Amino acid sequence: MWTYNKVLEYPVKIKCKNPKLAKVIISQYGGPDGELAASLRYLSQRFAMPDENAKAILNDIGTEELAHLEMVGSIVYQLTKNASIEEIEQAGLSAYYTDRGLDVYPSSAAGVPFTAAYIACKGDPIANLQEDLAAEQKARATYEKLINLCKDNPDVIDPLKFLRQREVVHFQRFGEALRGIQDKLATKKMYMNDCQINNQSTL
Amino acid sequence: MPEDRNCCNCSNNTMNSEDIMTSSNLCPRQEMLNAIKSYRFAVIELGLYLDTHSNDTRALCLHRQYANELKDLCDKYQKVYGPLTIEYPCNKWRWLEGPWPWEGGNI
Repeated sequence: MWTYNKVLEYPVKIKCKNPKLAKVIISQYGGPDGELAASLRYLSQRFAMPDENAKAILNDIGTEELAHLEMVGSIVYQLTKNASIEEIEQAGLSAYYTDRGLDVYPSSAAGVPFTAAYIACKGDPIANLQEDLAAEQKARATYEKLINLCKDNPDVIDPLKFLRQREVVHFQRFGEALRGIQDKLATKKMYMNDCQINNQSTL
Repeated sequence: MPEDRNCCNCSNNTMNSEDIMTSSNLCPRQEMLNAIKSYRFAVIELGLYLDTHSNDTRALCLHRQYANELKDLCDKYQKVYGPLTIEYPCNKWRWLEGPWPWEGGNI
């Protein structure tokens, strides 16, 4: 289970609203390479992992992604807070505003609602961890694009840079977990029947 | 218990709460929060590292040291400024007190 901590993992304190940026940053909330997709993917994959390291790393990174989801949601909330109808229209958010108002709704930058199809679960530890490595790189690349779009806005760039760095660390840890499983699969297996085991224990 | 927290003498070049809390002239609440955030981040980061390097004794020692500091600081903070988790025992229901983190509270 989880316990809520009434603190953000890294501070989000945006002084000036900017609904235009919110429109693109929301992709890391509910888009194809966003934090929600990452968290649910890791937390779903962990159940059937064959290895204690892989179970732990998927559990703990899946948990950290929930903290990142909250950070991205906070960025979107603060960028749209008290936006006027004119500002919403100018930012191209009229359609979003019609259906969601200023709620933070998980969707991509293009307005596509979140779908579980973003979550990769193949029932194979190697395939799953390879997918996770790619997911971290795609999230890193998305943050870099967002940082490019946020030029001249240091309040927004600062938390985005933190989130980008975390993707790099997660990639590293998943790589180590994958290597662990590959090494385990490559070791020679010895099979014994009960009779041999009984004989061995009397030696 | 200081000896428990410095099991491999690795605290000479690591952070401690006095360093973090006297490094600025912020208000006591902000100083404490900064220290809590730093320790929590260190605990998360070391935790992930230990998931794939469970035999690294130096990392384990640092994790223990920072986790203890974090626990002490959170206890101190919550006594004065209200609960950070719903598991903190209260005489008055201060959990409702804003602002919430997304509104700029506790940052």
